[in-house]
Amino acid sequence: MSSPSPSVESAATGPETHVINDFSIQIATVNGSGSQTANMVILRAIFQMGVPVSGKNLFPSNIAGLPTWYTIRANHKGYISRRKEIDFCVAMNPETAKEDVMSLRPGAAVVYDEPLNLNALRADLIFYPVPFDKIVNAVTTDAKLRRLVRNMVYDGVLSHLLSIDLTEMEKALGTMLGKKPKAMQLNMGALEAGKKFAVENLKIQHPFKIERLNKTAGQILVEGNAAAAMGCMFAGVTVVAWYPITPSSSLPETLIGYMRKYRMDKETGKSTFAIVQAEDEIAAIGMIVGAGWAGARAMTSTSGPGVSLMSEFSGLAYYAEIPCVVFDIQRVGPSTGLPTRTAQGDILSTAVNSHGDTQHIMLLPGSVEECYEMAYASFDVAERMQTVVYVMSDLDLGMNTWMSPQFTYIDKSFDRGKVLDEAKVKELGATWGRYKDVDGDGIPYRSLPGTPAPSFFTRGSGHNAMAQYSERADDYAANMDRLARKFDTARTVVPAPILDKVAGAKVGIIAYGSSDFAVQESRDQLLAEAGLKTSYLRLRAYPFAPSVEEFIRNHDRIYVVEQNRDGQMLKLLRMDSDPTLAAKMKSVLHYDGLPIDARSVTDLIVAHEQAV
Amino acid sequence: MSETAVPVPPKKVNRIGMELATYRGSKTTLCAGCGHNAITERIIDAFYEMGVDPKRVMKFSGIGCSSKSPAYFLNQSHGFNSVHGRMPSVATGALLANASMLGIGISGDGDTGAIGIGQFVHTMRRNLPLIYIIEDNGCYGLTKGQFSPTADLGSKAKNGVVNDLPPIDTCALAIELGASFVARSFSGDKKQLLGILKAAIAHRGTCMIDVISPCVTFNDHEGSTKSYAYAKDHDEVLGEVQFVPFFEDITVEYEAGSTTAVTMHDGSHLYLRKVAEDYNPSNKMAAISLLHETAARGEFATGMIYIAPDQENFIDAMNMVEKPLAMLGADQTRPPKAVLDELMAGLR
Repeated sequence: MSSPSPSVESAATGPETHVINDFSIQIATVNGSGSQTANMVILRAIFQMGVPVSGKNLFPSNIAGLPTWYTIRANHKGYISRRKEIDFCVAMNPETAKEDVMSLRPGAAVVYDEPLNLNALRADLIFYPVPFDKIVNAVTTDAKLRRLVRNMVYDGVLSHLLSIDLTEMEKALGTMLGKKPKAMQLNMGALEAGKKFAVENLKIQHPFKIERLNKTAGQILVEGNAAAAMGCMFAGVTVVAWYPITPSSSLPETLIGYMRKYRMDKETGKSTFAIVQAEDEIAAIGMIVGAGWAGARAMTSTSGPGVSLMSEFSGLAYYAEIPCVVFDIQRVGPSTGLPTRTAQGDILSTAVNSHGDTQHIMLLPGSVEECYEMAYASFDVAERMQTVVYVMSDLDLGMNTWMSPQFTYIDKSFDRGKVLDEAKVKELGATWGRYKDVDGDGIPYRSLPGTPAPSFFTRGSGHNAMAQYSERADDYAANMDRLARKFDTARTVVPAPILDKVAGAKVGIIAYGSSDFAVQESRDQLLAEAGLKTSYLRLRAYPFAPSVEEFIRNHDRIYVVEQNRDGQMLKLLRMDSDPTLAAKMKSVLHYDGLPIDARSVTDLIVAHEQAV
Repeated sequence: MSETAVPVPPKKVNRIGMELATYRGSKTTLCAGCGHNAITERIIDAFYEMGVDPKRVMKFSGIGCSSKSPAYFLNQSHGFNSVHGRMPSVATGALLANASMLGIGISGDGDTGAIGIGQFVHTMRRNLPLIYIIEDNGCYGLTKGQFSPTADLGSKAKNGVVNDLPPIDTCALAIELGASFVARSFSGDKKQLLGILKAAIAHRGTCMIDVISPCVTFNDHEGSTKSYAYAKDHDEVLGEVQFVPFFEDITVEYEAGSTTAVTMHDGSHLYLRKVAEDYNPSNKMAAISLLHETAARGEFATGMIYIAPDQENFIDAMNMVEKPLAMLGADQTRPPKAVLDELMAGLR
């Protein structure tokens, strides 16, 4: 049993007790049944009532027919990571209904389709039978429409049962259906019918309730992929090549929408961009390597299987020193299975993605806001460092809806890196060499086709500092050493880690990416439940800043939290830091395909601490 | 004492005042007598005679003997020797980034027909403005003589292995898929290859040129259908290609009534002397029939096989601003704050 939440108003159980703005809802439906609109209406309505909220879509790799679950968490404190425990269940899918109900904790509430007779399954839950067919039949006579608006009926029921304002639901529906008055009218009819039924027939026996709060002012609701698409557009991306893959596709697809709206001349209809749906991921990265070589800000977006296919070109971009940006919206392993589930499983392979000695820069956005900011920064870093930059998002961040502070407009000038302009050509003159380290930072000067600057011939590894073909041992070794120097320079060019050093804390937590929200909540749990003070370092990029090793050194025990089985970031940390520090770092891992939650992190850290 | 000075004869230059030497590249490292070197020479001649500024050209290649050759011509052009079979994607990206440039890609029969067939197919489909040359010797030279997918059925390798798979006809494939300029020539046919290359420089669309180029080391023996001897005996000359650029005053040798005039993108004309009575290079079906018929006879038709001068190309379809994308600054590519405000308002 978890400790009582401060928002429980009375210790007694029963309908007079209220748990306000701190619970999770799970809605179980069938994929393709149109439940997404209904679920977003609940999410948005709670958000509009000023209550922090997050939504997670657990969907199958399927267009229609397989089970899908949507979980919504409302939390007055602003915790927006996944909550493991379900408090309120809407069981709409006959196939999973029994398991959905059996897995609930005692005291949870269930709204279900009356003919399923779920109330017979358990005595320790609160059941609300709803005759969905009967209610829908009264809303419309069209059989096809009945199926579509059926889900809006549960929204109406929840409006009553959870005190979600119906006018807020109407407003939320309006933002989605605004320009379709007929659809609006139909959906509102179903919403009102559901509410009417609930008011007249269901007596509230559960404690969960939404009450207006003022904690969402200045906040937005957005998916990480849309945020990244915005970052790319404002960073002035000009060439985009991509190949469809879940969970990445929505990034380029959203970007296409934005670019067509905001990057096309209204009078001439001319574009300041080119977007190509390539024949595969190899062609996609080939195109952005070609575009980056010719001087464009170029990017592609993919997921793990695509990153594998991009391996050879990634190495070429590293060796030939060509700027480009690759978004990896990580998911679990290869082929079929769980392509629609989240993971941080590509960290180790991406860091060294290619043959030969290859090292790649990775940016690690930890929120949708950082998806926007790092998408923007990635082009500066790529052009400054003249190499491929990976932005390591994941399905949870990319495809789920997150509450976030509004994004800030970035108006500092683009960093186009060391490109030969007229002045530099004059200064360097005939001494210019494409791969010469002029400034001691390992970064050479490049020239672009179509400019007056001298040309050069681009190859992989077989070249000297003047970009001439060379198979000489000393030329190769010298170039490799310079590339290593360049990668060292990157440590201070990439986004620095975020550090929260707590006085007296002996334990340090290191995490990155979408684990951040769960770790923040877990730290509060560790302090409240186990009295454990923790410092926290959130990695935002690889290669690591020097402060990372210092953080490890300054704590007795380090827990590296990540969403993969093999502790991939921990391995990178061990490779990169003083070997004597290796033993004090331990993994805290989450790898079941579901987004990480605070309770799991807390339990694992407590178990480790008890073993100390 | 100007009256006694020996006048220096003016150096021979092309219409933009450049000497032939400007169009040369580094010294070749390919085998002496390799057909690829002859192709390199024709490329140099074609760009010189057409008066193309080398600074306006981008060279691309994949991997293989053929793909080394961009280093041997147009030294002043930027060049990119990319990865095996993926030259088309690199060229696509670079040409999107800077559509004002002229792209030439050199591939081989392995680089195109085997590992690169996917990218080849989609590049032809897009009709990307790119001169795509296959230096076709029917074998892998750089890895020492293995068969490629254009090796003929029954062709015998030096080690005695017989090729038991039918060849891919890259010209037929290119026509079928949408390339708007498809030609075939022979590395040793100076006049024809030069004419085709000059026409290709003037065309805006994919110019797929399959150049039979015998491998002197691994594929120039009696059992091979791509040997010099075999090619010379079985080369069906389709039409005499003489190209007349609009800026050059050249009288073409052709007989009225037996030539087909094709108007090129830049206003220049391509004249084909027909060998076959009723051959029309703008007829897709006829072009494919011709390829099949000649192949059935164990011959390869050479010349301008198919051309569609007005077919929309990939760059034009992109409808981009005039200035190359690579040269656009933040003032053109970063929307104002009002746009972010609008997006934020929609997410509240």
